[in-house]
Amino acid sequence: MAHAQTHAPQHAAHTEHRQHPIKLYLVVWGLLFVLSALSYLVDFFGLEGYLRWSLILIFMMLKAGLIVAVFMHMAWERLALIYAVILPPLLVLVFVALMVSESNYILFTRLTFFGGGE
Amino acid sequence: MSAPIKNPAAETVPRQPGLAGLAADWASDQRTFKDVSWGKAMMWIFLLSDTFVFGCFLIAYMAARMSTAVPWPNPSEVFALEIGGTHMPLILIAIMTFVLISSSGTMAMAVNYGYRRDRRKTAALMLLTALFGAAFVGMQAFEWSKLIAEGVRPWANPWGAAQFGSSFFMITGFHGTHVTFGVIFLLIIARKVWRGDFETERPGFFTSRKGRYEIVEITGLYWHFVDLVWVFIFAFFYLW
Repeated sequence: MAHAQTHAPQHAAHTEHRQHPIKLYLVVWGLLFVLSALSYLVDFFGLEGYLRWSLILIFMMLKAGLIVAVFMHMAWERLALIYAVILPPLLVLVFVALMVSESNYILFTRLTFFGGGE
Repeated sequence: MSAPIKNPAAETVPRQPGLAGLAADWASDQRTFKDVSWGKAMMWIFLLSDTFVFGCFLIAYMAARMSTAVPWPNPSEVFALEIGGTHMPLILIAIMTFVLISSSGTMAMAVNYGYRRDRRKTAALMLLTALFGAAFVGMQAFEWSKLIAEGVRPWANPWGAAQFGSSFFMITGFHGTHVTFGVIFLLIIARKVWRGDFETERPGFFTSRKGRYEIVEITGLYWHFVDLVWVFIFAFFYLW
């Protein structure tokens, strides 16, 4: 009930600080274009190994960060929302670690018992 | 009836910034997400759940690719096109990436004009966003048809590990579906903006409640998320 009362003035105040100049979006758009072009060039020039993977990941994280922070306005939200949205996906990395270990084991058994087939 | 219940804490205590604010916001007996309407908070939470859906797909793809003893088809070659006699590796995917990023750019500007209550520019930019989205889905349909014609199936393909087809159709299929729903969502909201529903406080056809320009931002959150997912698919599936 208290929510409904405090909500209206809050809303008016909060649309206020969302007035960013259009230039900001154009700059981020340009940066996303450049980063996409750079990641395409990684493939175009056929870079291999750790150089390829690290460049792909760096460009990916930069693009994701720009989209979330500026386009999705996360940079201007309160920490309560930022942490609620950003922290849980990081836990997916635990799942990734589990599946890396599992995949290595499956590959090992396939090589051992099927001699490289399947 | 007595006077409505007041929450003195919500009105008198100034909101703290930083980590102290984080702890205070998450403390009991209050709403956690300040400055954010329920509609926006719920869209964020939906997107969080969708993050896990796509996270699971990408992890399944990783596990399939890591555990197969058969060589993985080279995406750079699989998605190459002959344009004007030149062999361009991964070119269609690069164009799709640029189209989707452009649609995010136009969407961000639509949100901005929405809060300035510029009805025409908001609707026009949303329609442009929908157009980019439709173009993306069209190119994806072209890509699917090309690969299917070349013999890619969820259970086999001519170039290597059979899991390539199942991962490809699953991940890009789900993403394309998200884009398609996003386009429909954009068209519905753009129509409302164009008609001036948020000025005239016209009741929605389904909820019978008046809308606000904030729905443009909420639509935008969904749309940017679709672009965000593509960033990860582009990196992990096409470039890796």
